[in-house]
Amino acid sequence: MKISPRQFTSLVFKILCSAITLFALLVLCILILHILEQGWQWLSLNFVSNFPSRLPHKAGIKSAIYGTIWILTLTALISIPLGVCSAIYLEEYAPKKKWVSWIHLNISNLAGVPSIVYGLLGLAMFARYLKMGQSVLTGAMTISLLVLPIIIISASKAIRAVPDSIREAAFAMGARRWQVILGQVLPASIPGILTGVILSNSRAIGESAPLLIVGALSYVAFVPESISDPFTTLPVQIFNWASRPQEEFHGLAGAGIIVLLAILFLMNIVAMIFRQKLGKYKL
Amino acid sequence: MRDKAKLIDHLLKHFLFLNMSITVMITIAVVFFLGKESYGFFAEIPLVDFLFGKNWAPLLEPKSFGVLPLVCGTFIILIWSMLLAVPCGILVATFLNEFANNKVHAIIKPTLEILAGIPTVVYGYFALTWVTPFLKNLFPDLQMFNGISAAIVVAIMILPMVSSLCDDAFRSIPENLRSGAYALGATPFEVISRIVIPAAGSRVMAAIALAMSRAIGETMAVTLAAGATPKFGLDPTGSIQTMTAYIVQVSLGDVPADGIEYKTCFAVASLLFLITFTLNIFGSNVSPLKLKSKA
Repeated sequence: MKISPRQFTSLVFKILCSAITLFALLVLCILILHILEQGWQWLSLNFVSNFPSRLPHKAGIKSAIYGTIWILTLTALISIPLGVCSAIYLEEYAPKKKWVSWIHLNISNLAGVPSIVYGLLGLAMFARYLKMGQSVLTGAMTISLLVLPIIIISASKAIRAVPDSIREAAFAMGARRWQVILGQVLPASIPGILTGVILSNSRAIGESAPLLIVGALSYVAFVPESISDPFTTLPVQIFNWASRPQEEFHGLAGAGIIVLLAILFLMNIVAMIFRQKLGKYKL
Repeated sequence: MRDKAKLIDHLLKHFLFLNMSITVMITIAVVFFLGKESYGFFAEIPLVDFLFGKNWAPLLEPKSFGVLPLVCGTFIILIWSMLLAVPCGILVATFLNEFANNKVHAIIKPTLEILAGIPTVVYGYFALTWVTPFLKNLFPDLQMFNGISAAIVVAIMILPMVSSLCDDAFRSIPENLRSGAYALGATPFEVISRIVIPAAGSRVMAAIALAMSRAIGETMAVTLAAGATPKFGLDPTGSIQTMTAYIVQVSLGDVPADGIEYKTCFAVASLLFLITFTLNIFGSNVSPLKLKSKA
């Protein structure tokens, strides 16, 4: 069989596309294998139950795990109600006017602002201007600023996916708008909203730059007990270990990353289950 | 009873509106606080010295506040990561769109998106402990901290974003455009390069703008892997410092609240914000400017 030059170019192109895609998947495998190889031997029960230490063999991530749980819980409490309420307004109440499209533009822009800028905003506004200092609350509020636009965008998508026929049927039965929203739209879109909420909170867990800026400490040998206590989180602790020159600390950082990725993986699995098992409407 | 329902409707509407208006307040707060602290900085350092100075040494005596070395560092990361991520992203999107069947598409796309969900500090670690030693085998002159390793991991990080957005863009091209070209005997390569990519051009450009904004704002990977040496030049093999990495460096030390070092962060962040904001507007799908042209 004879192949013309045009068909040959096309074939080469097809092979190139497939090769690059395979290569990207290969990179993902290398990344995961490398981290497992580096961190595996440092993983132990002591690693999870010890506080950080100067001595690599005694160092652990207890305070980092508690800090992460504090930040995650507070961020969720602050950002989810705000985000979901904003999304409901934008999808159900907002008039189709010019200023609303500016609001949409503003939100998608906020989602693209570098996280470090939010960190500086948190430092200037929460830590210094409102005098909240280097506390868990400052950290959580800063991270909330960061995830709020993402929650609004994903919740809007979920609400938009509910077909209008459902709303119209409820209106035809004489329901008021709030009854339509609380009785029909929200129950129908909850799986989609939850998926978005979990995914955006998994971003909250992985963020470290804004927390470093607002003053998360790298050496915390206690568990935060109230919202005004200093704190550290897993990514901050990982950053601290990774930026030291000694091999041992790189191993510890690897072990920290395994724990962090395992948490993120679990959250993503849960989000996927919500999306596939409970979601009636395609996002 | 009816009045009560009406009242609830009214109250709920205003309550929700109040929630939504917080997003506007955040934007105002960003502009206000960045502006306020930068104003303090520019009261001491002339704007021209900041924007066009070629020496950045705010933490050492004699102090110097020319931001160009930091801009160069960011530019090195931007250029190299874009050179890698944009062609690869478009090729992956083409694979997903033209060559993969639905089953393969449904597996590969979410798998690639795992790459986008990995925290950036992990990429920094990967660059430092795998990419740099690997590249050192090939190029022994490479320094321990260098721009190119950081740029490579930034490229890996933004690849799923580019491929995902381009895939959506390609998908939005009407099928009859493709079918028409195939009916005339065009090969898949010709259909993609002459029909699909030109037709999806504006959305591909928007995807590139968003990816650029991500690469410029990327912080932890470049802080860990690219070093902390502000340099005026475009050599990616040595230690450099980006705008974002500088801000982290300052926050790791104890900086007095009123000192000039504290204010430099805000001046640098303002510049960062202006650049990424412009790129985001350009890359935005919901731009009112675009809505107008559609109507």
